Amino acid sequence: MSKQRKAVSLISGGLDSLLATQVILDQGIHVEGINFFTGFCVEGHTHAIRKQDKDKVKRNNALWSAEKLGIKLHIIDVIEEYKDVLLNPKHGYGQNMNPCLDCKGFMVKKALEWIKENDFDFIITGEVVGQRPMSQRRETMPVIQQESGAGDLLLRPLCAQNLPETLPEREGWVDRDKLLNFSGRTRKPQMALAEKFKFEGYATPAGGCCFLTDKNYSDKLVDMWEHRSSRDYELDDLMMLKVGRHIRPNENFKMIVGREQGENKFMEGYRNMYPYIHSTSHKGPLTLLDGTVSDEDAELASRIAARFGQGRDEDEVEMAVKYPDGKELLIKVKPIAKDEISEDWYV
Amino acid sequence: MNHTLDAKRMLCPMPVIRTQDKIKTLSAGDVLEVVCTDPGALQDVPAWCRINGHKVLETKTTDDEVFIIIEVVE
Repeated sequence: MSKQRKAVSLISGGLDSLLATQVILDQGIHVEGINFFTGFCVEGHTHAIRKQDKDKVKRNNALWSAEKLGIKLHIIDVIEEYKDVLLNPKHGYGQNMNPCLDCKGFMVKKALEWIKENDFDFIITGEVVGQRPMSQRRETMPVIQQESGAGDLLLRPLCAQNLPETLPEREGWVDRDKLLNFSGRTRKPQMALAEKFKFEGYATPAGGCCFLTDKNYSDKLVDMWEHRSSRDYELDDLMMLKVGRHIRPNENFKMIVGREQGENKFMEGYRNMYPYIHSTSHKGPLTLLDGTVSDEDAELASRIAARFGQGRDEDEVEMAVKYPDGKELLIKVKPIAKDEISEDWYV
Repeated sequence: MNHTLDAKRMLCPMPVIRTQDKIKTLSAGDVLEVVCTDPGALQDVPAWCRINGHKVLETKTTDDEVFIIIEVVE
């Protein structure tokens, strides 16, 4: 009896990895999924914060895919290791702060480590040649194989017929004739295959599954780095970039102003890490202050924060500024006028 | 044996990752209570349990917290 071959599939939660996995499952291969959490995954911290999103279906699409496929999924925290990928990408960034080619190489490398540790035979991904401008071009796809060390253990079932044979094909573990020849940016073949497999309700995230492809998010990340002595970051920093209005009225500090109840609630969890402002005389948002804040800065920040509260048209509102060391200021300020807030202050 | 995992203030998928890592250290029959503040955990942690064969005994929510009680299955 021939050995049961095993593959690990990089499951992002999108359609391509879902289809690629099903194609290989249909060839009798035992497949388990792997999903790497970098801290920038859209899958993660978007739906949990804003109250206005509470009615939306909350699901992790990688888990959803695994359940649809009937496979196990291993979610792996790579936040620390990923820092080097983001901070020092050998192949540079895409349109925003997305180091897509280095990122894919990193993930395949991690998958290679995983298959060695877990006695699996090969790796599959949902990549399609020509699909994405950076990591899924004909010239760059071999780079991922080479730099990850995976070589011909990396099989891309959706476009395998357009690529050189891999070990699983040569060894007859999978039948190359039953693999596919997708290419280019069109999504029609994927949608047709999804229909054939009767997959419905799959995720179609615009811009992929990573915040780093988002301009607004990337701008905030760059601003954070530019105003710190180091580009190092923690997961909490990444969370803060996703929440609130970010206003930098001064080079030495930034305000993060909650936009609605859900964000205020979420930000409350960070009051022991940042100085924060709230109004004691009127309803209004919670504002966190990131940076070094003098009493003069605190007054300016209070005036700005008051602008976003219900006392915005009053002559005077009372604001409390509290610091992580226990210091507290109670100050009465006139809310800043709308036209006094420079557009340049918004990050 | 009963265990508790504090996954408060974490956003998904961190509660799932912590649950997964904690369960690796437990034995079949152990019961784990996961406490989260991310309401998304109510969907994600049971989904992870279903695909990995563990049994969700109970879920409950309060205004601020979500509780998921899991029996570890071999």
